[in-house]
Amino acid sequence: MISALLTAGSTASPIPLELPVPLEITAPKLEYGILAPLMIMMVAACLSVLVEAFVPRQSRRPVQIGLTLVALVAALIGTLNSWSGASYQLAAQQTLALDAPSYATWALLLIFSIGVVVLFAERNGSTETAFVASASSVPGSATEREATAAHQEQTEVYPLMLFSVFGMMMFAASNELIVMFVALEIFSLPLYLLCGLGRRRRLISQEAALKYFLLGALSSAVFLYGVALLYGASGSFELASIDSAMTAQPGSSRIALAGMGLVCVGLLFKVGAVPFHTWVPDVYTGAPSPVTAFMSVATKIAGVVAMVRVLYVGLGALRWDWQPLVAVLAVATMAVGCLVGLVQTDMKRLLAYSSIAHAGFMLVGIAGAYTVQTGMTQGSSGSFSSVMVYLIGYGLATIGMFVIIMMVRKSGGESNEIASWAGLGRRHPWLGAVVTLFMLSFAGIPLTFGFIGKLLVLTAGWRGGWAWLSLLGVLFSAVAAFFYLRVVAVVFFRSPGPAAEAVEVSPISTGSWLVLVICALATLGLGLYPQPLIDVFDHAATFLR
Amino acid sequence: MIPLDTVPLETVLPVAASGLFSLAWLMIAIPLAGAGLLLVLGRRSDSWGHLLGALAPIASFVIGLVLFIELLGRDPSQRNVSVPVYDFIDLGSWHLGIDLQVDQLSILFVLLVTFVGSLIHIYSIGYMAHDPHRRRFFGYLNLFIASMLILVLADNYLMLFIGWEGVGLCSYLLIGFWYQRPAAAAAGNKAFIMNRIGDLGLTMAIFTMLAQFGTVNFTQVSQRAPGLSGSWAALLGFMLLLAACGKSAQFPLQDWLMDAMEGPTPVSALIHAATMVTAGVYLVVRSHAIYAQSYSATLAVAIIGTITLLMGAWIGSTKKDIKRVLAGSTMSQIGYMMLAAGLGPIGATFAIFHLITHGAFKANMFLGAGSVMHGTGDDTDMYHFGALAKVMPLTFWTFACGYLAIIGFPFTSGYFSKDHIIEAAFDTGPVFGVLALIGAGITAYYMTRLMVLTFLGQRRWRTGVHPHESPATMTVPLIVLAILSIGAGLVMTGWIGDWLAPATGSHPEHTGVLHISVIGVITLVVVAAGVVTGWLTNRHGVPSEEPATSNPVALIGRNDIYGRAIDDAVVVRPATALAHGISSFDSSAVDGGAMGTAGVMAGLGTALRKLQNGYVRSYGLHTAIGVVVVGVVVILGRMA
Repeated sequence: MISALLTAGSTASPIPLELPVPLEITAPKLEYGILAPLMIMMVAACLSVLVEAFVPRQSRRPVQIGLTLVALVAALIGTLNSWSGASYQLAAQQTLALDAPSYATWALLLIFSIGVVVLFAERNGSTETAFVASASSVPGSATEREATAAHQEQTEVYPLMLFSVFGMMMFAASNELIVMFVALEIFSLPLYLLCGLGRRRRLISQEAALKYFLLGALSSAVFLYGVALLYGASGSFELASIDSAMTAQPGSSRIALAGMGLVCVGLLFKVGAVPFHTWVPDVYTGAPSPVTAFMSVATKIAGVVAMVRVLYVGLGALRWDWQPLVAVLAVATMAVGCLVGLVQTDMKRLLAYSSIAHAGFMLVGIAGAYTVQTGMTQGSSGSFSSVMVYLIGYGLATIGMFVIIMMVRKSGGESNEIASWAGLGRRHPWLGAVVTLFMLSFAGIPLTFGFIGKLLVLTAGWRGGWAWLSLLGVLFSAVAAFFYLRVVAVVFFRSPGPAAEAVEVSPISTGSWLVLVICALATLGLGLYPQPLIDVFDHAATFLR
Repeated sequence: MIPLDTVPLETVLPVAASGLFSLAWLMIAIPLAGAGLLLVLGRRSDSWGHLLGALAPIASFVIGLVLFIELLGRDPSQRNVSVPVYDFIDLGSWHLGIDLQVDQLSILFVLLVTFVGSLIHIYSIGYMAHDPHRRRFFGYLNLFIASMLILVLADNYLMLFIGWEGVGLCSYLLIGFWYQRPAAAAAGNKAFIMNRIGDLGLTMAIFTMLAQFGTVNFTQVSQRAPGLSGSWAALLGFMLLLAACGKSAQFPLQDWLMDAMEGPTPVSALIHAATMVTAGVYLVVRSHAIYAQSYSATLAVAIIGTITLLMGAWIGSTKKDIKRVLAGSTMSQIGYMMLAAGLGPIGATFAIFHLITHGAFKANMFLGAGSVMHGTGDDTDMYHFGALAKVMPLTFWTFACGYLAIIGFPFTSGYFSKDHIIEAAFDTGPVFGVLALIGAGITAYYMTRLMVLTFLGQRRWRTGVHPHESPATMTVPLIVLAILSIGAGLVMTGWIGDWLAPATGSHPEHTGVLHISVIGVITLVVVAAGVVTGWLTNRHGVPSEEPATSNPVALIGRNDIYGRAIDDAVVVRPATALAHGISSFDSSAVDGGAMGTAGVMAGLGTALRKLQNGYVRSYGLHTAIGVVVVGVVVILGRMA
């Protein structure tokens, strides 16, 4: 399958039509060594499907979890190996740019995915995961009741997740728009499915999946149309060729502009930027919590990196056109995320708006386009590294918060109303302290890693010449602080009302504890001593062209 | 921003750390780790927590002592050591490092904080033996030691501020340690809130420095300060003074210190006598280069110091509560230090000298008071004591050493340090000199009163109270501190001027141990008069309850010179009014849907939320509109 994809991508250069085309298929040249992480994920995903078919039902769960973790760790080792060996090259017939930003993104995706797998497997001390017992059963039917009573488990979530991670890794590394589109579909389709697999409130979960699918399809179409227009304007799908075509004709055509706009729409949809954010609150709320955690962290990472790559590498010549666009949308995104976040009453919905607001802050850094090309000294903090640092801070706090969301339960499942969290910090001081830490990190308060990310992103915007945008960013981070601190106030200072009486903190597996503790320690530790990590990403900011 | 190269380099540049100095961060890390361990482990560490807690400052002290000896052996130009710990964040042009500065000034503070701190930790093992939360107490104490060391070892104002806030937090936690008592909880809040006002001064000063100098590093600020314009220098000086007033309980922010006596006595000794409250003096001395640029700011420091030294002495003369007498005395003694710091470079040295001797003898007396309370069932009313010298001989004799030191009995530590200040005050302005002299007389009076009421005269013990000597964990620290109270001045007087000269920018004049001046003799006479008055008025016929009085001087003193009323008028009432105003504005804004930030924000949020109606067709439409918006923005961008 992969070779078929890659050959399809390699036919990019236009072939003169009058010559007879010899019917000869040259085998694509593949760099197996550095492509190993991708292939591991692909093979593991296929194996995982086979496990579903051939392994008896009782032992599927441990096999699937083991296989997924092994695949993720193996891919991570491969990634780190290539990254530390600085084996950067355009691989697979120039369709994938295996450069430092790609490896950095892969590493982040894989590490966060390991955390998410633990949440996928979490059973909260009972025999039930967050996923439905049998996805094919009609909600409320007898089949569903039987499956639940038999303690069945939908272990297909693991292959779905593996496919999705594979797609995201490819998406972030794509050097060619067609491959990027295919990767986008590879990681999106499993996500649509995963969203519909909630155990509780199944109809809402399925509705979320359908919404996500329909809107995702719409945005994919827009993206693909943009790709076609860019091909029309430049005669190539390859980012570097598009860039050189644009540079060659300074007053670039309207077709190129339209293509740029539409490709941006597709990418902004995945990132969750306003006005393409409408799916985010509904899907985040409806999807099972582990899937929401996966989407809000991994999709964001892949989307942001792909966007930076397309804008900086492929459309660098059109910088004066997309910078105002990204800046305007950054303001809109921060505004909508922060303001609507103020009036939310549901924890997952609050995190959805928080994720929109965070996308806005990252857009500030992206709009700044502070890179080596625009006067940054090599190895200092520019737009790309600051956005990566931001993503880490955001990812740590988000995954940590989702562990806690999965812990706070009432009899009907998770208790997501913010009001029902009242007084939680008094009964469980440590849990309250950790919630506070994550909220402070979200709000960007000093001595947490969230502050470092915000500082770097806003500085990158400022240095890129977008001072007013950075100042607005500071303003909106003050507004955002308000709604994060409101959660802290509820958790510690509000007396528990009737809704909060029924709430209890359920036990979680050792793995989840570990994820929570690591997220908390990293948020605090990196907030105190961030420079080494910043250095790592400062030196991983050069895109291969 | 003032360029560096136009300014003559007078400041001593720090040298890079080598060898043992690169381990200086351990002094902070050890108590910090101790605090973390004790607070995280919780009740699991109840049985051994106090021992671990007491070991931490001792370890820091040993490191500090080794570094001090190392510094002693160095050439004076090599004694300012910069210890980089790590780069916090590096944004190219703007770089913030976590660096320590070990120099003549900070190492003295390190020794004071860790040595007195260690003794007080040991003392607390006995004093808090019956408290169920002793482990938590030690956790807070360790956290305090770590914060205080961050404060004095920082090489820039920003890191100093972290320590500054840290000690403030610990002060709050420890004053309110017995938070079940409403008075203690309220006192904790008061100390914390009143300190906010001072902290405002410090933050404003830091921002001003960043704007004016582009740096908050001590050395660089000192280098660039001569280029500061007069008005900026004055402004900076006043901001720093405001910060110092808050932390060091100086007029007009002095009142919280009296209430802070609600905390356990070791806390009063460590935080509210020996170390934290002197941080303001440290700040002023550290900022000497800025004060050198502004006569008005320097004068203001001296005036504030003088006012406070008299106020503290007045309050101390009228109180019945032994700890509050000592609190008034602390206020007054810090007033002396402030006065000295406001006398220019030479005064700064004396300020630090007095700060150190005071740290020893005041801690000594506070711990002595704690020992008395321990023996009398936590009573603090001196009218309930009397004749304790016979039953608590160790406490009495050690307290007496502190007493001799504070009144300035010849050749005790206070004699050297305070006399220098009074002389320097006369040199600068006779008004300061005379007022400082009067203060010395009153000090002698109220301390004699305290001694006589507590230890001598007739026994006026309550029924059922059987005073007894305290255990060895408490008396051994008392003995050590008593020896210091007597001997520290003699050891340091000939040496400290030279030692501190590079750090305070002073040029020491050499005076012998047996240096006798006219002013010194006059001081002794005034002090003797104070002692005799105190002795005669309290020797006989002391009632067993505080007598009612209509004497306005006594009444004003007993009411803390209406500091609370001033706080109420200046801070509490305006703040409450503001809070009520905001609250009613907010509720009317939100409820009535009228204009108002909160209302508009929430209203906007609610309006935008309506767009999120759940229909996927609407969302699709939004996306389509979004595509149009993108097109419009791109076209507008082209046209612009």
